[in-house]
Amino acid sequence: MPPILSIQNLRKAYSGGFEALKGVSLDIEEGEIIALLGPNGAGKTTLISTVCGITMPTSGTVSVAGFDILTDYRQARSLIGLVPQEIALEPFERVINTVRFSRGLFGKGRKDAAVEDILKRLSLWDKRDNQIRELSGGMKRRVLIAKALAHEPRVLFLDEPTAGVDVELRKDMWDIVEQLRADGVTTILTTHYIEEAEAIADRVGVINKGEILLVEDKDKLMARMGQKQLDVQLTTQLDAIPEALAGYDLALSQDGWTLVYSYDVNAERTGITKLLTDVANAGLQLRDVVTRQSSLEDIFVSLVHENAEVTV
Amino acid sequence: MNWSAISAIYVFEMTRFFRTLAQSLISPVLSTSLYFVVFGAAIGSRIQEVDGVSYGAFIVPGLIMLTVMTQSISNASFGIYFPKFIGTIYELLSAPVSFLEIVMGYVGAAATKAMFIGVIILITSFFFVDIEIAHPLAMILFLVLTCISFALFGFIIGIWAGNFEQLQLVPLLIVTPLVFLGGSFYSISMLPPVWQTISMFNPVVYLISGFRWAFFGLTDVPILTSLIAIAGFTTLCLGAVWWIFKSGWRIRQ
Ligand SMILES: Nc1ncnc2c1ncn2[C@@H]1O[C@H](COP(=O)(O)OP(=O)(O)O)[C@@H](O)[C@H]1O
Ligand SMILES: [Mg+2]
Repeated sequence: MPPILSIQNLRKAYSGGFEALKGVSLDIEEGEIIALLGPNGAGKTTLISTVCGITMPTSGTVSVAGFDILTDYRQARSLIGLVPQEIALEPFERVINTVRFSRGLFGKGRKDAAVEDILKRLSLWDKRDNQIRELSGGMKRRVLIAKALAHEPRVLFLDEPTAGVDVELRKDMWDIVEQLRADGVTTILTTHYIEEAEAIADRVGVINKGEILLVEDKDKLMARMGQKQLDVQLTTQLDAIPEALAGYDLALSQDGWTLVYSYDVNAERTGITKLLTDVANAGLQLRDVVTRQSSLEDIFVSLVHENAEVTV
Repeated sequence: MNWSAISAIYVFEMTRFFRTLAQSLISPVLSTSLYFVVFGAAIGSRIQEVDGVSYGAFIVPGLIMLTVMTQSISNASFGIYFPKFIGTIYELLSAPVSFLEIVMGYVGAAATKAMFIGVIILITSFFFVDIEIAHPLAMILFLVLTCISFALFGFIIGIWAGNFEQLQLVPLLIVTPLVFLGGSFYSISMLPPVWQTISMFNPVVYLISGFRWAFFGLTDVPILTSLIAIAGFTTLCLGAVWWIFKSGWRIRQ
């Protein structure tokens, strides 16, 4: 199946000359949930704004279900719903009217049942006749989501949906995204919370300084996270890993003082006991033993860090 | 054409208008009544007649024009500036609508509101003076064209404005003087020759003259010139709007 969203070599330079996107390519399959993870200023909002038509791309192409966002903008945009990062709503408008407005704006005829369904799903039905200024921040965010869903889009962008949102609402957001998945809606969300990416995404993309550093299935990332390292610090310095230990997944540290053993915490046998016995049998003395676990956070930090070294 | 979007914008804007209906109407009706009292009764009692029309009646078309022009501009400029200001413009930009459809929605609503107020003023004036409208169809045509062209102009101002001061600056500094000096309260022929010549450079003179012709059949300038002037102004604004649309000026980065 062709990707629902295809971004090819997308560049965006703002009028000041600052290049916020430096050749981003990304294919997104229909129905998946992808989290774009990146620090502030990474270019997440710029990427979304460019795909949605709020800013103009400098070069590169983007297509939605095969429709180019510039030449076939009507078809492309009518498939997309956008929940912006900042809350922007008409304060004196009533909730139900603003959702109806969104539906009309996106070319869908008035359908009260659809609007009712969306408002109920977002727990806004009781507030439908309230003016927006009477709502709490969390409720306003729900209204933004309701507006984005009003025209029944196939692709939903959520730009930092849970930034500054309380725990309860964050859980609700995640539930909403899960429900949308059941309806076959593709969701692209940005976040700088790793837990959020872990909690709901199928795939995780890491973006920094206008470049995508990695896109991987979350499960694979989790598997990497399941890897643990055992540092076996020795009393003698080694030039190479001894023959007797060749059967293990071992690495020697740069300085030669430490053997690093990688193993899977989830495996039935970790092999630690046998390794340590064999290390002793090989005539090596232990000074200390340390275990370390690499988290998604470590992966993220190291990726962003490498990226920073390369570009600075 | 995304008619659904045009009507969504139009309805949304009209809802705002009706939500603040009292405010929207009280101010123009009150100020018009004051104009009648001050200009019509106080000054008019000394002027008596202009070209065979009582002064009170003579100023009616000018008063309507004055209000309709300022209302068209302020409604349309505010209508598009406000979403820019509070950030809701993101939705317009991400929607499957062309710029033309956005313009039709906002300008259509702004022109309708202005026309509504214009009609209210006309009705108010019936309480003060006797008027017969010589060419009702022409009057409606002039009213509609003026509302649309000035709403277009207001839309451009709203796109251009970077803050509320700028939003009010153009109407205050350019439009109000042009309208006051455009023969709302006098016939151009009452001016000294030099000022008559200068007045010919004021586009509003042609609009008011044409509109007044529709009421009383008298003109400061030939009616055809008036029509050409308003058509020219509308074309100019349309051209500017088209250019804004093409270049994304001040809307899409
Ligand atoms: N309108 C703009 N003009 C110039 N630079 C901008 C503009 N918007 C964003 N930027 C810059 O582009 C970079 C990416 O910003 P953004 O996409 O908002 O990042 P993120 O959403 O990941 O925090 C930042 O360095 C930001 O300062
Ligand atoms: Mg952002």
